Amino acid sequence: MSALSIRNVWVEYDDQIVLERINLEITSGAFIAVVGPSGAGKSTFLRLILGQEQPTRGTILLDGTPLPPEPGPDRGVVFQRYSVFPHLTVLRNVLIAYEFESSKVLTRLTGPARRRAIAKSEHLLEGVGLAPDRHKYPSALSGGMQQRLAIAQALARRPRVLLLDEPFGALDPGTRSQMHALIRPLWRELGMTVIMVTHDIKEAFGLGTRLIALDRPRLDPQAPGRYGAIVTYDLDLDRDGPVPILKFSKPLDPSGDQDSFRERRQNA
Amino acid sequence: MNIVPNPQSGLLLGFLPFVLIAAIYLVASAERRATNPNDKLLPPVAEMADTVRRVATEPDRRTEEIVLWSDTAASLQRLAIGLGFATLAGLTFGLVLGILPILNASLGPLVAVASMIPPMAVLPILFIVFGLGELSKIVLIIFGVAPFLVRDMTLAVAGLPKEQMVKAQSLGASTWQIAIRVVLPQIMPRLIEAVRLSLGPAFLFLISAEAIAADVGLGYRIFLMRRYLSMDVILPYVAWITLLSYAVDYALAQLARRGFSWAYVEERR
Repeated sequence: MSALSIRNVWVEYDDQIVLERINLEITSGAFIAVVGPSGAGKSTFLRLILGQEQPTRGTILLDGTPLPPEPGPDRGVVFQRYSVFPHLTVLRNVLIAYEFESSKVLTRLTGPARRRAIAKSEHLLEGVGLAPDRHKYPSALSGGMQQRLAIAQALARRPRVLLLDEPFGALDPGTRSQMHALIRPLWRELGMTVIMVTHDIKEAFGLGTRLIALDRPRLDPQAPGRYGAIVTYDLDLDRDGPVPILKFSKPLDPSGDQDSFRERRQNA
Repeated sequence: MNIVPNPQSGLLLGFLPFVLIAAIYLVASAERRATNPNDKLLPPVAEMADTVRRVATEPDRRTEEIVLWSDTAASLQRLAIGLGFATLAGLTFGLVLGILPILNASLGPLVAVASMIPPMAVLPILFIVFGLGELSKIVLIIFGVAPFLVRDMTLAVAGLPKEQMVKAQSLGASTWQIAIRVVLPQIMPRLIEAVRLSLGPAFLFLISAEAIAADVGLGYRIFLMRRYLSMDVILPYVAWITLLSYAVDYALAQLARRGFSWAYVEERR
């Protein structure tokens, strides 16, 4: 179980209010897509749940207990860049998660424990299609492959919440569609709660079961930092048929999406 | 700008200035000998070769040791111990200061101030405190090189993306585990680069200390021979020191490339 409840959370830097009055109950196993313009506090919101930042006011509960004030293995993360360790091969990038877990001092596994950890790592790499590249360094991988590695790495400790900070923002549209087709079954299979920050509205509607839009509805020109971002839209996407708000309709299966992309390119 | 030499002609072009300098030396040396048969400033190559053979093979009459090798061994030992401790200090303190903001806040300014003290200015203090033996020379090298290494390593740690630290913590890593598995291997190439850059200053401090107070060593020998205007010893010694320094530098560069190939992938492209 991995339900999050965010209660009256405010984030303030000096005299600037970034987020205000954030109240959300996120059910276990939801796929939350967070959208909003630049500077609306989307990444701040993610860092709060990650534990990298603390709310100025309010509390965040994970299954009823307050979040520890630092990142931990119950919350996995994939950033847009710099998510993988450049000095480790693909396999060791995943293996290190198990070494962190089981070998507190040397952080090295030996013998059967190491073989078991390698088997688990290879299983994860197969899941993201990186098994043939297990002995390459990340610098030899393409952007999409690096993000797939980052996902496999983030899943190694079986996090209860997976946080994605614009994970596909730097990828080309074709690769992005492949990543969409990859992440959805993974989420279904593992049953974790996913919170994804994205700039891509279509991606948000295509992947999410619930969409949260953050924005600053009030602006005081004399004091631009006076009002922070609030939740301006909170849409339940987990139903069939078109979503009637903002004239967006829910796109079809992401794998079908890729074909339509190819068609459009051929027609153009 | 667009004319690029191929590897062979590049090598040839690189040798050209050396050949040119050697030729100028030969001509100038012969010229001076022609006007003054007792000239000591630019001894002919044959004379230098004879001296090198003597200092490299015949034992000294007073100490019964072969001068060149005992000088080289003494100097390299001082350099190795001094640079070794400086590297160790640079790595440990740089790592700790870079990872722990609290320690950096309390010790960072101290390191910044200490690195501004001219090491040669404290050499008298070192001689008074540690005596004229090996220790004061080694401490001078450490004092001259370590603050730079500490600061460079602290910056190297700070230069690692924050995302990596957060990612490691989200995989359950403790501060210690991040230090030895994430940060340490990634700053090692930079450490080797920094030690390479420190080789020049380290030799400078070594030769200065040997010039002032020593009874054996490459720097000691050069400054001793200055009294007799023995350019036939000084010039080969300078060349020998340069060669040693170049060899150490080359070995460190190879070590970095072999041991941390992942760090040089971008460069090769």
